[in-house]
Amino acid sequence: MMKNTNYSTWQLWSLVILRVAIGWHFLYEGITKLLNPDWSSLGYMMDSKGWFEGLFHSIAGNAALLNVMDFMNIWGLILIGAGLIIGLLTRVAAISGIVLLAFYYLSHPAIIGVTYAIPSEGSYLWVNKNLIELLTLWVIMLFPTWKTVGLDRYIFNKK
Amino acid sequence: MAEKENSAKGNDMNRRDLLKGLATVPVLGAFAYGTWRKRRQDHIRNHRLAKELNMSSGSIDYTPFQHDGQTIRLGIIGFGIRGTQLMKAAGFATPQSIQEWKNAAALDSRNKRYEDFLQQDDLNVQVTGICDLFDTHAERAMAAAANPGREGIGGSKGIAAKRYATYTEMLASDEIDAVIIAAPDHWHARITIDAARAGKHVYCEKGLTRTLEEVYALRDAVKESGIVFQLGHQGRQTESYIKAKEAVDKNLLGKINLVEVCTNRNSPNGAWVYDIHPDANEKSVDWTQFEEPCEMKHPWSPERFFRWRCWWDYGTGLSGDLLTHEYDAVNQILGMGIPESAVSSGGVYFYKEKEHYVNEIREVPDIWNTVLEYPHLDFTLMYSASLANNKDRGKMIMGHDGSMELGNSLQVYACRESTRYKEQIESGLIDPSLPIYTYIPGRKNVDSVATATEQYFASRGLLYTYRGGRRVDTTHLHIAEWIDAIREGKQPSCNIDQSFEEGISAGMATKAYRENRTVFWDKDNEQVI
Repeated sequence: MMKNTNYSTWQLWSLVILRVAIGWHFLYEGITKLLNPDWSSLGYMMDSKGWFEGLFHSIAGNAALLNVMDFMNIWGLILIGAGLIIGLLTRVAAISGIVLLAFYYLSHPAIIGVTYAIPSEGSYLWVNKNLIELLTLWVIMLFPTWKTVGLDRYIFNKK
Repeated sequence: MAEKENSAKGNDMNRRDLLKGLATVPVLGAFAYGTWRKRRQDHIRNHRLAKELNMSSGSIDYTPFQHDGQTIRLGIIGFGIRGTQLMKAAGFATPQSIQEWKNAAALDSRNKRYEDFLQQDDLNVQVTGICDLFDTHAERAMAAAANPGREGIGGSKGIAAKRYATYTEMLASDEIDAVIIAAPDHWHARITIDAARAGKHVYCEKGLTRTLEEVYALRDAVKESGIVFQLGHQGRQTESYIKAKEAVDKNLLGKINLVEVCTNRNSPNGAWVYDIHPDANEKSVDWTQFEEPCEMKHPWSPERFFRWRCWWDYGTGLSGDLLTHEYDAVNQILGMGIPESAVSSGGVYFYKEKEHYVNEIREVPDIWNTVLEYPHLDFTLMYSASLANNKDRGKMIMGHDGSMELGNSLQVYACRESTRYKEQIESGLIDPSLPIYTYIPGRKNVDSVATATEQYFASRGLLYTYRGGRRVDTTHLHIAEWIDAIREGKQPSCNIDQSFEEGISAGMATKAYRENRTVFWDKDNEQVI
């Protein structure tokens, strides 16, 4: 599994830059939430529409569960972001990121007939930026750049 | 360390290749630097703006009321729609209503009515008397009064209240300390005056009175008796209004020149075309007593009994009902008092067809405009209302230096041509298209840079309503304030002086409409001319 890393330099660094950029985005989303004492996923959850809106609304309606969700979201974003950037436990980070993005996508799917409190900055039908970021992480997960560029190299490359 | 490993294991990676593993670590340094710079910039902007605006930070903490001491014994006069809400705010609801909320909560965990009601503070009050002219309503009120434990169907019962056929009998009882008046407006003055003379404290629903003459008599009776009087403008408890007052006092808006307030509703209920209870008939309703204060008597009319707000005989329509709420909100913030003049216009433009009614088409307008002039304060207050459109327009207070948009949340924008903010706008510290001050209830910190996301959520009521899982009913706070004032011999926020200003101002607006002319306030003689 860890064998095929014979990418060209361009291929390798393009994938690394993509990985770092996504990591940066996760990390900054996490840090801003951590540093804002008023941040809560409450409004976002309450704004959920589509297939799972009932689930997200009931999470929002439960103060204790909401706190757990907030905590997991903030630290999930930070750890995934940092992991992707420095290439530490990268595959775990990528998979966790995919799960998190799947939650975001499912809570606010870009389906026909729904509009959200926050006006969207672009135009989306079924495919939105959450989904694209999710699919990109999928690619990142399948191309183990961390075997060359990343702390994982020292953890997993011991032969 | 890596090198040692390298050589020890005879790995073919050279040192340079090995360092590739760490190649992205410096990104974290850049990230930390960027984040620090951004935060510093936000902090400086916030700090400089905060210093400039001098607004207090933090949300408003309600000091919990002290409910120990004497139990206040309440008499409820009127248990219609508003009376039911007021009794709920005081801690009493029928087992049936509570059971409905309970069932609704069991079906949908997002339904918080039951939980909110249980969490509502116990005010240490007892409902000992009920007076309602409709048997069904009186019986429901009795059931609510006997349910201090806030239980559903089959729960234990408390002490039964006494039902009085007339409010005068209730006022004569020594088992009543205070009354909540939620009878129609044409009764407000008479009941309040008699209650004051009987030494009973009064919480009276708005509008204060039906006629201007009654305003003076009511004020004099309350003042002479020394009772604790609170008018039912629960907006006095709205957090954002309290912050709005601070913003105005600290001159964030500059010289205020125009205030725009409005009412928008778009349903038969909102236009007071309420359902007529099927049990209402000449036997179950004391119609003669209902009509007693009216100059012109009318034959039994269930339509008039339930939809009394639609006729001048009983109320003053949009003026006393909803202009008063807006007026009182502005009076709370600006303290402008009675205007020098008033004009009003409008008409029955939407609910004018027979199909909306049983027998009689309404008299009071469903579209209403009032302009109150304050030349001594150099501003105009405009009120406009539609009962056939429910666009949420909010309140707007406009000054030379800035504008304030006020609802449950509050935003202040600097005016592009402002004198006060000229330098800050030029230097880029203030962007006139973004709020310089934002207040969102429930938010821990107050500053100028609330994120766009937060503002969107707040504007939809998503943050306000459920924050911390607890909704605060302003009517409950308003009643609690009144009860507290009775116990401690204090003045509540919407006391008789505030009420007098409300009563006269709304009375002027009504008079202006009905006489189709500009009416004036002669301040020295306290007369409307």
